[in-house]
Amino acid sequence: MGETLALLSDVLVRATPLALTGLAVAIAFRGGVWNIGADGQFLAGATLAAWIGVALGGTHLSLPLALLGGAGAGAVWAGIAGVLRSRFGVLEVISTIMLNFVAAFGVSYLVRGPLQEPTHVYPQTPSIGDAAQLPVLVPGTRVHAGILIALVLGVIAWWAMRHTAAGFRLRVTGANPFAARSAGLVNVERVTMRAFLLSGAFAGLAGAVEVCGVTYALYENLSPGYGYTAIAVALLAQLDPLWTLAAALLFGVLEVTAAALQREASIPSTTAAVVEAAVILAVIAVAGWRTRRVEQHA
Amino acid sequence: MHALLGENGAGKTTLMRIAFGMIHPDAGTIEIDGAPRTFRTASDAIAAGLGMVHQHFTLVPAMTVAENVALGGRGRFSPDEARARVNETSARTGLQIDPDARVSDLPIGAQQRVEILKALARGARILILDEPTAVLTPAESRELLDRLRAFAKDGGTAILITHKLRDALDVADDITVLRHGRNVWSGPADQTSESALVHAMVGASAVDASTRSDRANVLGGPVLTLDDVTVRDARGQVALDRASVVVHAGEIVGVAAVEGNGQHELLRVLAGRLAPSAGRAEIPANVGFVPEDRRRDALIGEITLLENVALRGAGVRRGRVDWRHMRRETEDVIAQYDVRGGGTATLARALSGGNQQKLVIGRELEGASPALVVENPSRGLDFNATAAVHERLRAARENGTAVVVYSSDLDELLALADRLIVVHAGRVREVARDRETIGRAMLGADLPNG
Amino acid sequence: MTAGLDAFLQGTIRTATPLALAALGETMAERAGVINIGLEGSIIAGALAATIAAQHAGVGAGIVTAMLAGLAVALLFALFVVKLRADQIITGTAISMLALGATGTIYRIVYGEMGTALTVPTMPTIRIPGLASIPVIGAALFAQPVVTYAAYALVPLIAWWMYRTHAGLALRAVGESPEAAAASGIRPGLVRTLAIAADGLLGGLAGATLVLAQAGTFVEGMSAGRGFIAIAIVALGRWRPIGVAIAALVFGAASALQYAFQATGTRAPYQLFLALPYLLTLVALATARGRSIAPAALARNEEGE
Repeated sequence: MGETLALLSDVLVRATPLALTGLAVAIAFRGGVWNIGADGQFLAGATLAAWIGVALGGTHLSLPLALLGGAGAGAVWAGIAGVLRSRFGVLEVISTIMLNFVAAFGVSYLVRGPLQEPTHVYPQTPSIGDAAQLPVLVPGTRVHAGILIALVLGVIAWWAMRHTAAGFRLRVTGANPFAARSAGLVNVERVTMRAFLLSGAFAGLAGAVEVCGVTYALYENLSPGYGYTAIAVALLAQLDPLWTLAAALLFGVLEVTAAALQREASIPSTTAAVVEAAVILAVIAVAGWRTRRVEQHA
Repeated sequence: MHALLGENGAGKTTLMRIAFGMIHPDAGTIEIDGAPRTFRTASDAIAAGLGMVHQHFTLVPAMTVAENVALGGRGRFSPDEARARVNETSARTGLQIDPDARVSDLPIGAQQRVEILKALARGARILILDEPTAVLTPAESRELLDRLRAFAKDGGTAILITHKLRDALDVADDITVLRHGRNVWSGPADQTSESALVHAMVGASAVDASTRSDRANVLGGPVLTLDDVTVRDARGQVALDRASVVVHAGEIVGVAAVEGNGQHELLRVLAGRLAPSAGRAEIPANVGFVPEDRRRDALIGEITLLENVALRGAGVRRGRVDWRHMRRETEDVIAQYDVRGGGTATLARALSGGNQQKLVIGRELEGASPALVVENPSRGLDFNATAAVHERLRAARENGTAVVVYSSDLDELLALADRLIVVHAGRVREVARDRETIGRAMLGADLPNG
Repeated sequence: MTAGLDAFLQGTIRTATPLALAALGETMAERAGVINIGLEGSIIAGALAATIAAQHAGVGAGIVTAMLAGLAVALLFALFVVKLRADQIITGTAISMLALGATGTIYRIVYGEMGTALTVPTMPTIRIPGLASIPVIGAALFAQPVVTYAAYALVPLIAWWMYRTHAGLALRAVGESPEAAAASGIRPGLVRTLAIAADGLLGGLAGATLVLAQAGTFVEGMSAGRGFIAIAIVALGRWRPIGVAIAALVFGAASALQYAFQATGTRAPYQLFLALPYLLTLVALATARGRSIAPAALARNEEGE
């Protein structure tokens, strides 16, 4: 029983960053923004959150500040790609991937340099203060309040997309910017930029939540590719925020299973990445098949 | 010279694309000079002496004339040889074109000449032309038809796909009429008449849409005002040059122009979709706009009809979306505009082209706007649907809406408009409602009253 | 001083070679209207295939197997993008993820968990007598492994093919206007597939270069985003083979800057130099102003075939 609880706890802990980055990707894709940079935005958020958590770790404000700051840092990181697209026409697929690499190198520099823990032995920041840590929900496990944050934000995102004018604008801009502009008088540039920023904020928040809830410090390779898995999560969920939460849970199970298989049966955990990529391909194959079928009957 | 007549959607283009090897038939045969042929690709058709001049030109805009003519060849490619081939064909057929000109720099009439040159350079003896006069001024149309007649006299065969009865009767030796994909009449041109052809094309229930109500309309105040408006396009070129236009409540203003002369920009400024680079435009916030490319600019295929109707005004809406209200509105539009193929929850792409059109027109007309701008309203619609749309436009006028209609079909403009303006090289002026005058103004000729 | 310059020039050519090979392939694909984000997958697949094949059967086998592996990945991409008309961007991203995961998995299965110090035979440096003696640049340009000379030859060859054959004309037409190409008897789907295949072959070769001409071993993820950098190089080189080759040299030079800096003894963090190619990619794309010069039908997926 203890082992099942441990596995369940692992799944939930793993699903939390997947849920938040999954939402980030879903929001972006819905708005026609190909944000492949959730990893970099995650790191940006984690970095700022770690810094706040260490610097202000004694005060009660440090937790909300760390989370908000993380979201902001992620938004800014994504915003760079947004500006590159709107001002210079740079494809965000490439710019966000490039920014992933730059963020990783940035973290590497920071944890070996200015932000390194005082003994200068390990490439990581000192632990964040107790007040900056997210409360644990189930005693004895690592399940932390971050999962509640993900749930609430997922529901809000779902409601907003369906019932607000802004959500509608996002959807139509992503579906057909020409029609959105011409038929709907939508300011496509503004909607697109907001999609970049909001998506980056979700991914940055994911990083902050991971630091404040699980690792309590920043180090290299904090993200084992959450930003890329998030693409599989979002596509499997058909870009719907509620289904994204469910898909994140599913992928949490997948990755925990893969890690267990590696321990028990020496099957490399990278098979999880293969499965995730295959899921993406399967989803787009089915979507393409469905589109062609409808068009044939029109 | 053989004219293939039929309404939009009758199957004319499909039939010719089968003839040209671009589509494969499910049944039936093709014979040339009595010998049966099968074409797997356009190359086979070209090899058999067919040449097709498409309605939407199949030229590569970024390439030169010589490169376009050379497309589809084999082996080594020499720019010099390609240039020589164009010049040789030019000399042979009388179609003058600069082989090194980039297609995107050429005016529409010249581009069509390149299309024809391309077919003739490959030795086509059978030319298929799809709606060739659609984008030409009356004078250019006459020139084209004369050249085709000369080609026919020289032993060639020209098949003219058109929905313009007048052109068919003037020029063709034989006529075939298609309706709903079937051949309903075929015979020599001198054995038929305009009314017989209309009957064949449309069937018994033809609605006469060509009469104009002569009832004097009470004009209201100005609704759309353009004062010395200049618009630059994406490349910084002047597209609209110090244009001044006033459209009043309760009138239909028709716009005539050869494509590419600035009417695209004029319509969008009038609709409030484009801001002027200079000058003053007084446009109400809520102008209805039916763009020419409905599929790309007016509808989103992968969302429902309900959401497509909600698209109107999406830019200015705030807060929550009242879906219940939207649903009622959508149901009204579907019912009143005879949109078939689905309900509020149907995806827009599941509708046929004609029904998509009707939805867009319905959505814009029902939007309670003081003004309405429509671009080529009958494109893709059959006879009866066109008549219905024209009725709606007239009804809008009766209601006091300010209506602007652009059409590349002068007959449609003359049937609808109270006043006519012509756009040429970015300059706008009002002209008399006379075909010849309009045609000359479209080409930029000086008119008696300047 | 000359030692620093020499190292810089050598480093430039070394870094530029795999980038140029991948970018030349990507140029062909993009000229046909396809943006192949899965190129990264072809490169890493080529790298692993080269490692395994070379270890058992020598460098030559390594090169051939690498190209075939790159081709296989690219054809999978083509299946989705050309046949199933799926979105090019998502498909490419998925293909790269798939290849990165699969190569990691295969590597760990074949060579064990944390990878022992694996070494494979590498390509010898071939000095071209005479040319290699040219002062300053001779050693850098003409004392290189055979792949570099292949790259030198491919640039003019591909340029000639693109502008002086009907096949090249057809490729360019498909990338500008597939409908126009189809109306002239060209088959856009076939042309795109072949272009993607060429892209895969050259991407695989680039991967082989990383292993057999540079590292001498395989490391998970060693492609390190070169596939994406190649896409930037194509834009910077204005989709023309010669321009692309020059752009690849520029990137090579930027990466090789670390040697020049080491010679002068600055104490900038090494991560800055590692990040330099990626930052340069961003700058290159921003300044490319490529929207009006890119093939008009790039990344579209409409009918044409």
